[in-house]
Amino acid sequence: MKITVTLNGKTRTSDVEPRLLLIHYLREEAGLTGPHIGCETSLCGACTVEVDGKAVKSCAMFAVQADGRNVLTIEGLAANGTLHPVQEAFWNEHALQCGFCTPGMIMASKQLLERNPNPTEDEIRHGIDGNLCRCTGYQHIVNAVKAAASKMGA
Amino acid sequence: MATTTITKTEPLVGKRIRRREDPRLITGAATYVDDIKLPGMYHAAILRSPHGAARIAALDISRAAAHPGVVAVFTGKDITGVGPVPCGASLPGLRVPVHTILAQDRVYFVGHPVAVVVASDRYIARDGVDLIDVEWDVLPAVSDPEKAIAGDAPAVHPEWPDNIAFHHHQENGNVDDAFAQAEVVVKQRITSQRLIPTAMETRGVVADFQTGDKALTLYSSTQVPHLLRTLIALMLGLPENKTRVVAPEMGGGFGSKLNVYAEEALMGFVAMKIGKPVKWIESRRENYLTTIHGRGHVDYFEIAAKRDGTILGMKLKLIQDIGAYHQLLTPAIPTLSVLMMPGLYKFQNIRAHVVGAFTNCVPTDAYRGAGRPEATHGIERMVDMLAAEIGMDPVEIRLKNFVANEQFPFSTATGLVYDSGNYAAPLMKALDLVDYQGLRAQQKKAREEGRLMGIGISTYGEICAFGPSPATPAGGWESATVKIDPTGKVTVMTGACPHGQGEETTFAQITADELGIPLDDIHVIRGDTAIVQYGIGTFGSRGTAVGGAALYFALQEVKAKLKRYGAMLLESDDVSYQGGQCVCNKTGRTVSLAEMSGASYRAMKLPPNTSPGMQVTNFWEPPNFTFPFGAHIAVTEIDRETGAVQVKRYFAVDDIGNIINPLIVDGQLHGGVAQGLGQALYEQAVYDENAQLVTGELMDYAVPKATMVPWIESDHTVTPSPVNPLGVKGVGEAGTIGCSPAMVNSVVDALRPLGVKHVDMPMTSEKIWRILNSAQA
Repeated sequence: MKITVTLNGKTRTSDVEPRLLLIHYLREEAGLTGPHIGCETSLCGACTVEVDGKAVKSCAMFAVQADGRNVLTIEGLAANGTLHPVQEAFWNEHALQCGFCTPGMIMASKQLLERNPNPTEDEIRHGIDGNLCRCTGYQHIVNAVKAAASKMGA
Repeated sequence: MATTTITKTEPLVGKRIRRREDPRLITGAATYVDDIKLPGMYHAAILRSPHGAARIAALDISRAAAHPGVVAVFTGKDITGVGPVPCGASLPGLRVPVHTILAQDRVYFVGHPVAVVVASDRYIARDGVDLIDVEWDVLPAVSDPEKAIAGDAPAVHPEWPDNIAFHHHQENGNVDDAFAQAEVVVKQRITSQRLIPTAMETRGVVADFQTGDKALTLYSSTQVPHLLRTLIALMLGLPENKTRVVAPEMGGGFGSKLNVYAEEALMGFVAMKIGKPVKWIESRRENYLTTIHGRGHVDYFEIAAKRDGTILGMKLKLIQDIGAYHQLLTPAIPTLSVLMMPGLYKFQNIRAHVVGAFTNCVPTDAYRGAGRPEATHGIERMVDMLAAEIGMDPVEIRLKNFVANEQFPFSTATGLVYDSGNYAAPLMKALDLVDYQGLRAQQKKAREEGRLMGIGISTYGEICAFGPSPATPAGGWESATVKIDPTGKVTVMTGACPHGQGEETTFAQITADELGIPLDDIHVIRGDTAIVQYGIGTFGSRGTAVGGAALYFALQEVKAKLKRYGAMLLESDDVSYQGGQCVCNKTGRTVSLAEMSGASYRAMKLPPNTSPGMQVTNFWEPPNFTFPFGAHIAVTEIDRETGAVQVKRYFAVDDIGNIINPLIVDGQLHGGVAQGLGQALYEQAVYDENAQLVTGELMDYAVPKATMVPWIESDHTVTPSPVNPLGVKGVGEAGTIGCSPAMVNSVVDALRPLGVKHVDMPMTSEKIWRILNSAQA
């Protein structure tokens, strides 16, 4: 099937199998390396991207469902070489170790801050509950989201 | 005296520096193994056993082989030339089943690889797997290690009907005397349940066989690229020098990638057969079924003591769930566990007997802590139980039995030599931070109100920096190369293989300080056997304690060489190296690092007895292990209605020796505690009586989420290790090791008014709810 997707601001048209998952479209068809596959069952969140401004797990969606829609991945987050405040905060606060969950975690954190610009620790933990991290124990991620919130609010 | 004009560079070791590896990771630009795409690459999918034990009565690949897009299918009969999956550990009388990379006529665990389908894309490869027809002759299986060795269980391997993989006995001191003198003996069965490591990146392999050169490149998410290269070359019958292993960016390991797996050799085999690159990426379900599990202990403890709390000795029977095969280090994990059984305590009498039990499960092997969490959990639970038995405060009993400061280096009951320690220091600091007396008062009040509040302490010791080579199966040294280019830029190549631990930053900090140059002039490379000199790898909290020390010594050598070129260029015998340059102590004249390095490559003139070039490789053999320690305190409250354990506060005071980068150290400890907490409260690999893995997906296996982990308050004491010049001990596993006994001690303390003496992990709300219900009944 032919689909046209606006991916990180650029339009691309591809011919895909109906069964192709969005995550495989992004990685295999569009050649991206940011969204990762940690489970393929929508439990780990490493594949989190934005579709029309909403964070989704791209392993739980078919590529054909993204036809005509706007997809943003971690690759599209930095504007003109300037890191998004959430990316910068993850770096400053050491909110990542192996980095595998990080692109999805950053996308989930961005969404969280868009909905709640000044979250409490508890709200942050609930906001990223759909994304697993095995390295950090989440504490530095909480710090990073707080730091990004104060920077974005400033 | 001549003065120098050199500006002193600020030392970077000890600073909270944000990581240099992060820019690629936070932008999605890093190259993990699944990001590798080679021209003409095929994709592999693996047919695996759905049964814990079965004979393969018939196997028909014809429909799969005929499927459009499938280029090859291989089964057990095709892999005759390939050597078995190796076990690197040896013990007297160890039974080692032949572990072929594809099953022959029988399967031994759910997930056992049976056939591999190679196709033009990963979807078609999976379709091909579904088109293989297998007739299974299902056999009885056993998954419980105690039942497996009870005498009437199905034989995992028909040649060994008792299911015993090995016996291992260790005895030191006079245990019978100790128990004869005892005024009190406490006994307890304690389990350390099977866990699934769950690195967020599953395993994956890309194999590329260059047919012209007959050379294989294997990209694999591995913690031990050089060991993998040696062993894969042997398995595939390739010359080692034509085998290259690359560990690209890695999405975590936690010991689960410290191994040599069937699929690594299998992909090499496939690539050699089809003459094209092939990729296999493990699904999460495959990861849970076939990547090693951790722990899997059933321990029967007896501890002998005097009424004043003096511990006299310990007896232990340890049953280790082996699984169906030995992976690389499987039998070495419980024996390591025995070595750490004395914990931080000075008693000298111990008798331990280990039985390795074959089960129809995936093998156990090294998972974060690898034997030490089990040991620490055991001794720290037993000490707490002893304290409760004699009515002593858990703090007091620990202080009474700690190895004293003046006893270091201390020879333990199991023959280790603890390097340095001040065991009371982190405990006293932690007690002070939590206001221990205040907490006990709060607990008294809570109990009066009928609330279940617990305070749990663990004072852990752990063994790191593996290790002196004679104590390890394949060498315990580490290597480092320091290469300075003609332009003065520095490359560090480490034989360790960091995969999230941040050594690209910490090794650059060490290098920057030693050479007096900016971080930006340093590039750290690891993980490619074609570039990096032989190394052992990253595991057992050894990266900095052994690899960092190797780097330190390489840097001293390169500095000495730079100084010889500096002396030549400055035409003086009296020079010193500092701040990235050489200075003549008489005239104050200087030459820069780039000038010295450049002169060594142009080599117009050489200093006496000095070779051209500016590159040094050091292989460093550590004289001993290092032994970090610390005190963790968990304050919990139990919900009487649901049985849920709420962690009210969690304190960790760790002594890991000197600290290179406190930011990274904090991250290691938080992550370690979260994994220890996962074991304490949530995680368990459950096999049913047919040896089916019930917790075969993230849906069923409770990896802690952000809402399930408490805020961790942490601090340090610093007792440098004398074993290495950096004074570091190792931090990767400390948090995991310290956590679980603190948690269980806390929950048992909370439940003490109900007469509860012990709870096994995981302490799920269901389990606690049942305890509450039976206690109230």
